[in-house]
Amino acid sequence: MSLGVVVFPGSNCDRDVQWAAEGCLGIQTRFLWHEERDLSGLDAVVIPGGFSYGDYLRCGAIARFAPVLQEVAAFAERGGRVLGICNGFQVLTEMGLLPGALTRNQKLHFICEPTQLRVEPGQCSWLQGYSRGEVVNFPIAHGEGRYQADPELLKQLEDSGQVVLRYCSNPNGSVGNVAGLTNSQGNVLGLMPHPERACDPATGGVDGRRLLASLIG
Amino acid sequence: MPLFSARVLVSLRPSVLDPAGEATRAAAARLGVDGVSKLRIGKAVEVELEAADAQAARAQLELLSDRLLANPVIENWTLELKDDSSAGA
Repeated sequence: MSLGVVVFPGSNCDRDVQWAAEGCLGIQTRFLWHEERDLSGLDAVVIPGGFSYGDYLRCGAIARFAPVLQEVAAFAERGGRVLGICNGFQVLTEMGLLPGALTRNQKLHFICEPTQLRVEPGQCSWLQGYSRGEVVNFPIAHGEGRYQADPELLKQLEDSGQVVLRYCSNPNGSVGNVAGLTNSQGNVLGLMPHPERACDPATGGVDGRRLLASLIG
Repeated sequence: MPLFSARVLVSLRPSVLDPAGEATRAAAARLGVDGVSKLRIGKAVEVELEAADAQAARAQLELLSDRLLANPVIENWTLELKDDSSAGA
């Protein structure tokens, strides 16, 4: 049982994910440098937060072409679980693995604070550790986290139960209060908040543990 | 191969909120420029490209614009390919 953690030049939450998974939960992790092509033996892959390739052009736009992500796309296609956190969520939308886009926060500020989220697990297997409508506390830390989708797409996502995490108090102007969503198959999850920063009691809470734990198993 | 010059203009789709544009519009009023009813910020990308002919250059630039320079989910783009008679060789 092993978790791959993608590392781009500019990633800055890769070690947080490693600590949350290995240090807090005892899940073996392996870093995947952006040029890596070997995903053998991995049960799930996390694309962590940060500023991949400096986030030049648009957040995640350059990362999309990284060799490791060609393999991650194939891994997801085979049904492998892929979790994108913050910049990782932006990367997943740029890759087209998740619909919509993440844009500049409505009030322009970079926001770094704890946020309350309502979980709607639906059929998403890796959120089954949470009860329907449960409110959890994960920190956010982003400047471009405003989820954008046209009304037809948003309705389609809501009707199919793909909007699995919503802000209780919308911090960034996201349509539909969307904080996290899955693909239609449910094996790719992207979210702007940081569950890995809610795993160690030393940093204020452990609500994220159930999400990371369910990546494996 | 001939060298072609182009400018790709990338703008947010009209339905997408542009908070940076709104902030700049507010600053215009503080500068004393009143009556600015719309201000939206995009990108202008200058490209020089070698290609066999203008048609090939246009095809490559369209691919570049649609797949990299702009994200069609939130952005529109327009391509200005300069007349190849003015391009260097």
